[in-house]
Amino acid sequence: MAILVGPDTRVICQGMTGHAGSYHTQRMIAYGTRIVAGVTPGKGGQTALDLPVFNTVRDAKAATEANASIIFVPPATAAAAMIEAIEAELGLVVCVTERVPVLDMIRVRQALEGSKTRLVGPNSQGVLAPGVAQLGVMSTVNARSGGIGIASRSASLTSEVVAQLTAAGLGQSTTVGVGGDPVHGIDLKSCLALFLDDPDTRGVVLIGEIGGTEEEEAAALTARLKPRKPIVALVVGRDAPRERRMGHAGAFMAGSAGNVESKIAALKAAGVRIAPNASVVGETMRQALAATTAIPA
Amino acid sequence: MHMHEFLAKELLSRRGVAIPAGRVAATAEDAQKVVQSMTPGRYVVKAQIHAGDRFANGGIRFADNAGDARIAAAAMLGKPLVTRQTGLAGEMVRWVYVEEAVTAITNLYIAIAVDRAAGEIVALGANVPVDDGRVGAVMDRGQLQRTAIRIEDDKAVADFAGLAARIAPATVSAAELAALIERLANMLIEFDAILIEINPLAVAPGGGFIAVDAKMTVDDNALFRHRDLASLRQVDANVDGDPTELQADRRHINYVALDGNIGVVVNGAGLALATLDALVEAGGRPANFMDVRTTATSLDIAYAFNLVLANKAVRAVLLNVHGGGMQRCDTIVEGMAIAMRRGNRSLPVVARLAGNNADFARDRLKSFGIKFVEGTSIGDAARRAAAMVSKEVV
Repeated sequence: MAILVGPDTRVICQGMTGHAGSYHTQRMIAYGTRIVAGVTPGKGGQTALDLPVFNTVRDAKAATEANASIIFVPPATAAAAMIEAIEAELGLVVCVTERVPVLDMIRVRQALEGSKTRLVGPNSQGVLAPGVAQLGVMSTVNARSGGIGIASRSASLTSEVVAQLTAAGLGQSTTVGVGGDPVHGIDLKSCLALFLDDPDTRGVVLIGEIGGTEEEEAAALTARLKPRKPIVALVVGRDAPRERRMGHAGAFMAGSAGNVESKIAALKAAGVRIAPNASVVGETMRQALAATTAIPA
Repeated sequence: MHMHEFLAKELLSRRGVAIPAGRVAATAEDAQKVVQSMTPGRYVVKAQIHAGDRFANGGIRFADNAGDARIAAAAMLGKPLVTRQTGLAGEMVRWVYVEEAVTAITNLYIAIAVDRAAGEIVALGANVPVDDGRVGAVMDRGQLQRTAIRIEDDKAVADFAGLAARIAPATVSAAELAALIERLANMLIEFDAILIEINPLAVAPGGGFIAVDAKMTVDDNALFRHRDLASLRQVDANVDGDPTELQADRRHINYVALDGNIGVVVNGAGLALATLDALVEAGGRPANFMDVRTTATSLDIAYAFNLVLANKAVRAVLLNVHGGGMQRCDTIVEGMAIAMRRGNRSLPVVARLAGNNADFARDRLKSFGIKFVEGTSIGDAARRAAAMVSKEVV
């Protein structure tokens, strides 16, 4: 099994008739994802990629029993698309769009409060459960079905780590890109909690980077739950220049948090294994699993 | 986009927030004329840079007359100002803002900001001004009060009265303060700002508030809704420094100049950060940060390579591409080939190609006749690039 998606996931694509939406919908269908409809306002009643197109998410859901959506809508209207999917009570919404205005995302977060929706993204490569479903734009060439969950702030590093895990003989249960924006949907900590509850996930890789406090929050959850499943973290940006201009606004809420050192210190203290660099994440997980299984149950 | 103090104050003034009488000046003579047009009193000459901590570093100077203002402006204009927030090179002072000095009976701190961890807008306030860069310390002392703001029909909704009551000293009208905080919160929403900070907010002897300093940062992603502010960004980039980053941005490239000698080309921000880390770990010094976004075409990538080739400090190029679902390896290699054929500079290249279409990209690179050393992993490629440069130096 996987987290967030499963064999019953029925997906609509908001913005399917656009260039990116059309291209990636074909890829997702080819991968075996059950895409059931497209949504483009004004194009209701048409057919695209042999799928019905609806004007609204609500219409599409009523006609197809969809329970998830993937959004390829330009930044100016992406928030409205997310809010529409949330109001239609879809269980999972994945938004790929880059450069959504921050205040729009705050409006989306308000819509999420008390809703039945889990939002992934925006500015996310999406969710991939190898062999089950692809709701996203990631490469699938190196992904293999297996027991490692990945929650990541970086699409490119997720591809990198997937390749390393597969090379180390470790398949993946699900990979989730939480997205690169400061205000977004599901975070590292929530993904980690889902992976810890998933019986088919044997180990978890967290991929973090400078900024924000998500790594620290994942560390706090780990410290509280003391899971037996090994958790490996990669945090990048140690040698990035300090964004001095952003420093003031960025340091505003977080105090000293936000740099790689403090994130790694928090994760280490919670018992998370730190991958010393981006080249050895697969190997670090392989060793961590070997050490865990060596302990008698 | 960070706005200069004088622009932020202009916007505040237009929305009914009191600011000291003042004008921007580009020359010492202009600064003198500004003072001559003002009522007699005391004046402040303030360097316009996108960083705080100016006073302690001579970036804010007082003047008692027009002549003093001219001297103060001449001391700042055309020179870099270094503060705790600028980095060692400092920031060039192109303009000074000259305003009437404010007499305050007390000073407050007010900010409206996006709290990324909480995913909400917050209003923050304290009954003391906050030394630049030391907001954290004030928070630790428990002096910074906070309230969450909701956006309802594009208006800010929050318990502004409650926040004002917790901050306002006895001599200050809490109701007026609440109205001011609400006004600032609505400005944040109207202008798609992610920060508006008034520090200090002076309480005038006759009552009323005056924004003595103002910081305002507008969300770059929302500039499409604010054409007037977007044009300011262009002016700023042209006049205020290196326009390279903005030009690169238009080409779907995130580029940040660094001070090393190994040019770095990577697709993806996370992978780019990891590449810098690996390069530094291997003893190399990156000349730039580069994240080729998924939307970049081969011509955009050629442009990106030209940026690297144009940097005279660069002695070698480290190419690290993990082809994904959106950006394939071969697109990047094609861009590189275009740039290297057009350019008149040949540099040693270490390439690490993985993921979508990596084999194809490798063949393309060879068929373009570009000589390169291949790295088997990020670390291996970084070590080879670092070794190339250090060998050359020896």
